[in-house]
Amino acid sequence: MLKKEDIAKRIAQELKDGWYVNLGIGIPTLVANYIPEGIDVTLQSENGLLGMGPFPTKESIDADLINAGKQTITTMPGSVFFDSSDSFAMIRAGKVQLTVLGAMEVDQNGDIANWKIPGKMVKGMGGAMDLVASAENIIVAMMHTNRAGESKLLDKCSLPLTGVKCVTKIVTNLAVLEIKDGAFHLLERAPGVSVEEIKAATAGKLIIKGDIPNMI
Amino acid sequence: MKKVVKNVDEAIEGIQSGMTLMLGGFGLCGIPEKCIEAISKRPEIKDLTCISNNAGVDDFGLGFLLKNHQIKKMISSYVGENEEFERQMLSGELEVELTPQGSLAEKCRAGGAGIPAFYTPAGYGTEVAEGKETREYNGKMYILEESLVSDFSIVKAWKGDTKGNLVFKATARNFNPVMAMAGKITIAEVEYLVEPGELDPNEIHTPGIFVHRIFEGKNYEKRIEQRTTSN
Repeated sequence: MLKKEDIAKRIAQELKDGWYVNLGIGIPTLVANYIPEGIDVTLQSENGLLGMGPFPTKESIDADLINAGKQTITTMPGSVFFDSSDSFAMIRAGKVQLTVLGAMEVDQNGDIANWKIPGKMVKGMGGAMDLVASAENIIVAMMHTNRAGESKLLDKCSLPLTGVKCVTKIVTNLAVLEIKDGAFHLLERAPGVSVEEIKAATAGKLIIKGDIPNMI
Repeated sequence: MKKVVKNVDEAIEGIQSGMTLMLGGFGLCGIPEKCIEAISKRPEIKDLTCISNNAGVDDFGLGFLLKNHQIKKMISSYVGENEEFERQMLSGELEVELTPQGSLAEKCRAGGAGIPAFYTPAGYGTEVAEGKETREYNGKMYILEESLVSDFSIVKAWKGDTKGNLVFKATARNFNPVMAMAGKITIAEVEYLVEPGELDPNEIHTPGIFVHRIFEGKNYEKRIEQRTTSN
């Protein structure tokens, strides 16, 4: 079974040279720590920055320089600031090649829910609806099951949706799966996790073809 | 016309109960903290509709106005950091219209650009699309979003000149330029107010034509929500 850092590390393997990438809050943020050698990606922060750098030192902290998670950060050589409208212009127009975000539920059609639990939690969608409606590649990083042990990979999302038919890939603590043709396709399993365990933890339609390799 | 006002109280003159305000900022970054504080000291101003990406925290920013029950309705994209907000929303005291962040930015930009509505893919197939026109372009579905204008837009800039030209700093720019465009009256509070000619025309972000009142604020707190460091 994978830890959060391992999920991030696996997603980092999906990055391609020259891509602009938007990383959501939580596990997705950790992907930045594992960008492979020789791969040049530019991180987009939707509050208005391309070229997000690491956290600042205590001495160089700047309240005017934060990421979309409201954390203090730094710039890199070649970074650029812009307003919120330009930020979502580049997102909507598909200039950002990859979005990685967390989810409460994903279903076999690629629908995603991650912003609201009616009557309980309403934090808002932030930029998630714009991002999932626009990016070509959307990878969800999440635990395979919720705290109650119930599957988060469903035949149909039960919570209010963030977007429809948009998620292309999921990396969980148990497996890597692709979504296409109305089903989850098992691509890889986490070290020490059996196909049976993944089957048991997946409520939606799961396609398993041939031997499923360990995660790369 | 003279745009420079002598202090924050003169800047907010004319803001009345029932009005719609736009307030720049993302989280607490780049919020017009001086004007918000001044409005919170005028509790007779109530029933405000506030358009702002976030709703402040319990003891700073728009949290001040929420605590005083001066806000009737919020139009925002993310409101997760404020317990009083959540309490008022779940109890029904506060009306909340959650809007995708990119749509919110474009609603302001379009409102300030004389465009009444636009199609966006964000929110198609979700609650956000309920009651809205949809249309297909090139095989993809879009929803019609109407633009926004405000009675007063209140923005925070790093530098400004007496003609109202503004320069923002780092990610404190965020919603400020588009909200400045969409105000019937736009108030800019700045850290440094300079004379015309001192700002390089090549580097001005918001042309002064969008700004009606400007003043220099003192002693900005610039509270940080997530102080993350490498050491």
